[in-house]
Amino acid sequence: MAPQHSTIGRRSVLQMMAACGLSMSLAPMTAQAASKRRSERPKSLITLWMNGGMSQLETWDPHPGTTIGGDVSAIPSSVKGLSLSDFLPQMAEQMHEVCLIRSLTSLEGDHARGASYVKTGYRLEPTLVYPSLGAIAAHELPDANVEIPQHVSLGGDNFFPRGGYLGNEWDAFRVLDPGRSVTNLRSGVSDTRAQQRTNGLDFLGQQFTKGRPSAAKDTLHSDTIRRALKMMSSEQLKAFELNDEPDMVKRAYGDSRFGRGCLVARRLVEVGVRAVEVCLNGFDTHVNNHDGQKSQVAMLDPAFATLIAELRQRDLLDSTIVLCISEFGRTPEINPAGGRDHHPHWFSCAIAGGGFQQGVVIGETPADIVKETKPKPVDPITIPQLYSTIMHAMGIDWNEEFITPIGRPIRFGDAAPVARLLTGKLAETVSA
Amino acid sequence: MVFPSTNLVRAMKPVAILFCCCVIGLLAMVVMKAGEADAPLAVPKPSIETQHIDESVSRVNEWLRQRWSNEELEPAEMADDLTVYRRLSLALHGTVPSLEEVVAFNADSSANRIERWLAMMLEDDRFAEYFADRLERVLTGVEEGQFLIFRRDRLRSWMAEQLTNDRPWPEITTDLIAAEGLWTSKPSSNFITAAFVDEEGIDENELAGRTVRAFLGQRIDCAQCHDHPFDNWKQQDFEGLAAFYGQARVTPGGVIDRKTADGKAIEYEIVDPGAEEGRIVPPRFPFHEEWDSHDESRRVRLAKWVVHPDNRRYERAIANRIWGLMFGKAWYDPVDDLGHPEEADADRDLLDVLGNEFRNNGGRLKFLIRTIALSDAFRLKSDVPWADEDRYARMTNEWAVFPLVRLRPEQMIGSMFQAGRVRTIDKNSTLFIRFMRFISENDFLKEYGDATDDELLQQSGTIPQALLRMNGRFTRELTETGLFGAAGQLMRYSGDDEALVQNCFLACLTRLPSPEERTYFVDLFQQIDPAIEETESDAPTVQAANDSKISRSQQVRDLYWMLFNSPGFSWNH
Repeated sequence: MAPQHSTIGRRSVLQMMAACGLSMSLAPMTAQAASKRRSERPKSLITLWMNGGMSQLETWDPHPGTTIGGDVSAIPSSVKGLSLSDFLPQMAEQMHEVCLIRSLTSLEGDHARGASYVKTGYRLEPTLVYPSLGAIAAHELPDANVEIPQHVSLGGDNFFPRGGYLGNEWDAFRVLDPGRSVTNLRSGVSDTRAQQRTNGLDFLGQQFTKGRPSAAKDTLHSDTIRRALKMMSSEQLKAFELNDEPDMVKRAYGDSRFGRGCLVARRLVEVGVRAVEVCLNGFDTHVNNHDGQKSQVAMLDPAFATLIAELRQRDLLDSTIVLCISEFGRTPEINPAGGRDHHPHWFSCAIAGGGFQQGVVIGETPADIVKETKPKPVDPITIPQLYSTIMHAMGIDWNEEFITPIGRPIRFGDAAPVARLLTGKLAETVSA
Repeated sequence: MVFPSTNLVRAMKPVAILFCCCVIGLLAMVVMKAGEADAPLAVPKPSIETQHIDESVSRVNEWLRQRWSNEELEPAEMADDLTVYRRLSLALHGTVPSLEEVVAFNADSSANRIERWLAMMLEDDRFAEYFADRLERVLTGVEEGQFLIFRRDRLRSWMAEQLTNDRPWPEITTDLIAAEGLWTSKPSSNFITAAFVDEEGIDENELAGRTVRAFLGQRIDCAQCHDHPFDNWKQQDFEGLAAFYGQARVTPGGVIDRKTADGKAIEYEIVDPGAEEGRIVPPRFPFHEEWDSHDESRRVRLAKWVVHPDNRRYERAIANRIWGLMFGKAWYDPVDDLGHPEEADADRDLLDVLGNEFRNNGGRLKFLIRTIALSDAFRLKSDVPWADEDRYARMTNEWAVFPLVRLRPEQMIGSMFQAGRVRTIDKNSTLFIRFMRFISENDFLKEYGDATDDELLQQSGTIPQALLRMNGRFTRELTETGLFGAAGQLMRYSGDDEALVQNCFLACLTRLPSPEERTYFVDLFQQIDPAIEETESDAPTVQAANDSKISRSQQVRDLYWMLFNSPGFSWNH
């Protein structure tokens, strides 16, 4: 299936925005990172996390009119021969930017275990917490100009991305209601009192180090507080706010927590944040799958499509990987309650930007699939393969051994990257 | 040393209760509580257990002193009683002591008051509940999942009961490994049910790994896939141990061992990657097969082997863990990665000494806790005025100075919550207070990040944690100067500024301010312009940035804020 830019679909909201001259100008970001574009810019990762298990059959891999299809309809996309569920009309117009994997396979069918596996690429282990992909990216590609956290989770509640053996300072910085409020960043007191508090704290810190000559170094207590105070006064915090975004742009992303999250994600990436996860809940549709998926995908579609288009317009798509994924897919069978259950063996994810193939589809769910057989996909892509590929695309050595705090050497990636997911030089260097 | 009188504590109560009454409307209950509260506050009279542990403690001290002398290290001086009391309260109850307790502790002038209070703290329900939580984490982890939370809850309550009764650890261990029955009526069986995976059954590997980590203090998990790179564990050791759980089943009738199915013996089978057929793995002990009891039940055999009187790994493991829970840092770190025990007498270490005392005194956890708490290592100061950085680091390595250890998340919120109240929060607190503490603790842990099951792993603090402590709602609410909280009550009833500063220090840091600190903070209060109108609270409205006035209640809040955020609060020392 060759990528072919469709002429039908470029009438999206983005054109309207462009016509209004709203989003064509670059946002006034201060950090150096914002001024760099394309290849000179270090890559960032935005993960759109579909919490609960998005159904591949109601989204990226519809089978209307078959026993597994349910009530879904399919619509054509901007890639010739590629159809998506009619729940994704705006994404259908962006598929020429997307590398679609319909043969993703995982090993875990439980929410907690599945989320852990799909966030880290390693199965849950009692003696070691593995870092999430975003934590590895932030750890491996630091940017001294960024004063706000390099690893951010937006709108996520449980299973947030952890720093694992890299240390809890690499845990994602969590913002539960993105674009509305970032908690704990305002002291809420006058400047006089804030200054008095800081002075008092310094004084108590000095008292504490008396007779404990390495206390400051060992505890890093004052250091952490100093960095927290620096963050509280950073101009870059504006990236978390949406006040200066035009209403048109906000509407294009959708008036939902997830839509605001995607817009904040774009702003964070612009200032140089390395890894952002935006979470959309509500996909665990054991009952009434069709309507349940529909209502959630209705929030995903405009946000994802607008994010891709905006990143492209701002010349940031080549340096930003956008990955839409969930802990597992849903069963081909529809249960008596009209729901679909957990299905890790064979599901889908979509990736845009950052040197990934565009307008390409890998694998497909066969119409005669049954869950009971624990089917193995044709042309499968495993989670570790996908993550090593993303690391490779970002310029991170997936094969690097990290020595964990207890001296155990662990490789960041647990499988070799897959060259055919990547373009140009990136693909060539995989095999080299 | 001028302490707040019991009268001060007493004066605060009726107001608190009245307020509580208005707010929650639990009229009848509060009236009953008020009746209790009007009784004069009695200084608790702890009883000393008759069990004599002096000899055990002196053997531990002898080992420590010999070690320091070999290393040519002069240990730090002995810490004052209040400092030791704070350490005990953090380790055994998970919070700093309440101001009420500090006052009572101070009023006890007996020579052996640490021993008396230690014994009393071990009898307190807070100890059983808090320690059950710590031990239960090791047994079942912190993973969230369907039913897991309920099963874990049952297991925790059961563990608390065992601790209250001071049941010997080998008996507890046997009950956990070999339990048969329903997860509800036989709560110890939840050690097994926690490893149950839907559609797949019991995960024998997880149980084998947990058994070795929790009870033998060793990590065998990596031998699940390959031989241990640096140790003697072979893959077949792991498989042989997992096979002891190979007949365990979770059925509607509870956890059982099933020996046959359809007339055929049930065997533990492993399918190797790439293999078509599985291979049968019989149960096998990795070492000391002569300890095998040849019991009919595989799990009973395993349990008896684990707790066998000659199995030094078993006592060393619990000694290292309890040491870790007392200090916040295990003798050997990580807590469950001990090497194989040394054979030669000369090479025996502190864990052998402790383990031996533990074993010879009935294998009781309270005995072990008391032995550690009364040892010199636990009583030393954490500051050494005469040591340079290098010497201080060497002393820390050799436990010749009390180590600086960051409070774990549950200790942090527990301490903030306790410091925000004058009275002790325990089972005698009102339902409202206990409920508030439960909710606050859960919410805080969610935001602050709970520790994993490896909670003794030393982790540095993070910026989001600092932000939460500085600007979060927990700090804001717990420092409010209303009628209900400690900040407000201390402000109203302390008398002069000096007493106020001192009481805030005692409530938050369990110590009196140094002369410099006293001067610094009393000065802040004396700078307040009395003409400034009192603002009761700066929450939830945000104060204007350019408002330069500071009222007395704001100053109290700021003092509390500074103490909450100071290293002396966040670190055990």
